[in-house]
Amino acid sequence: MMIIKVLGPGCANCVNLEKATRAAVGELGLDATVEKVTDYAAIAGYGVMRTPALVVDEVVVMSGRVPTTAQVRDLLAPPAGSR
Amino acid sequence: MSPGYRYRVDRRALVTGVPWRRFLLLGGAALTWWALYRVNGPVWDVLVYDVAGLDPAGRLGAGAHFFLYDCVKITLLLVGIIFVVTVLRSFMSIERTRALLGGRRQGAGNVLAAGLGVITPFCSCSAVPAFIGFVAAGVPIGVTLSFLIASPLVNEIAVGLLVTMFGWRVAGAYVAAGLVIAVLAGWVLGRAGVEKWVEPFVFETRLGGQIIDSTAGLTLDDRLRMGREEVVTILRKIWPYLLVGIGVGALIHGWAPEEFFTRYAGTGNPFGVLVAVLVGIPLYSNAAGVMPLVQALYDKGLPMGTLLAFMMAVVALSLPEMILLRRVLKPQLIGVYVTVVGTSIVVVGYLFNLLLA
Repeated sequence: MMIIKVLGPGCANCVNLEKATRAAVGELGLDATVEKVTDYAAIAGYGVMRTPALVVDEVVVMSGRVPTTAQVRDLLAPPAGSR
Repeated sequence: MSPGYRYRVDRRALVTGVPWRRFLLLGGAALTWWALYRVNGPVWDVLVYDVAGLDPAGRLGAGAHFFLYDCVKITLLLVGIIFVVTVLRSFMSIERTRALLGGRRQGAGNVLAAGLGVITPFCSCSAVPAFIGFVAAGVPIGVTLSFLIASPLVNEIAVGLLVTMFGWRVAGAYVAAGLVIAVLAGWVLGRAGVEKWVEPFVFETRLGGQIIDSTAGLTLDDRLRMGREEVVTILRKIWPYLLVGIGVGALIHGWAPEEFFTRYAGTGNPFGVLVAVLVGIPLYSNAAGVMPLVQALYDKGLPMGTLLAFMMAVVALSLPEMILLRRVLKPQLIGVYVTVVGTSIVVVGYLFNLLLA
């Protein structure tokens, strides 16, 4: 199962990213959990300096902006296809 | 092209597939913006003075005209400035800034950090992860603080609005002062050895994972979309401050007696700048919300140096940001930070009153 983490302290951008991510997961029909990481030390631990950021299976795939649902789908699709 | 072709392309493909189309859209938007900006004054002249029949010299007329005209004008300016700056800044990233600052010493590092603070895309909501990321990567505390001070102080909205309202001389002086304050304050704090006042977990944070450049690999359409979204995000966030700022500006413009402010904060009062900065620090607003106030007070005869110092105090030092930084800085360092930055702003204010008079 895929573990997706949305990194961000809870600002509007983080909420939007979480929405886009959940929508993309739904469209792709992925078996995935979407978690939120709000702890600053944990966020910085991923090497992220600009929130929000998206982490898939402990790998940072995007940071610093809010992508569209279609773009999140592109980010999530390759690992899903290789399974 | 077969007749059915256009029904098969989706909107996304259409926009990316025909490059001139987006430039046509951009050109059209720029023209519309310019036209609106030009008719803003005349339209309110007619509506407020002729249609509503208010007296241009009267309090209500002057106040109402100031409010309506400034609402439209500042909104238009914000839309233009935020869009252009966001698109330009998307070619820079905080990751690149950190790479440039890594291993720099105090002094030259502070100067570079202040300069990068101006051009790096950054919002104060990311101040804490950026602080941890910089320090954990070995950027000295003082250099990191120079970056964090310059970023809100010399912000694009403040500079853009100053250029259009008071000209290049005042805007240039503001940028120069902001950079000098960020460099000096960061350098002083770095020299003072404030590492002991940083929360220990910052130094213990291990940077894991690979670093993703937050703006690399974006297409021009992505950058334009980011510009549009940033305009909406920021306007949605600041409109209450904008309305309050313009409202108070209009009240001052129409009702405040001429000599009221000059008596307390004018050139005649040696403590004018000090009063302006002390009033400005606890006030929480942003450059866009403060600008109408600055303009109204300038019209009432307050000196430019005092007003720039007031604006810097409001923009650079705010309670919410201090609360945010409290996560990584101990209260002692926050206290020193506010004192050093506040004192620099006061000095700059007096200096400007001498130079710009």
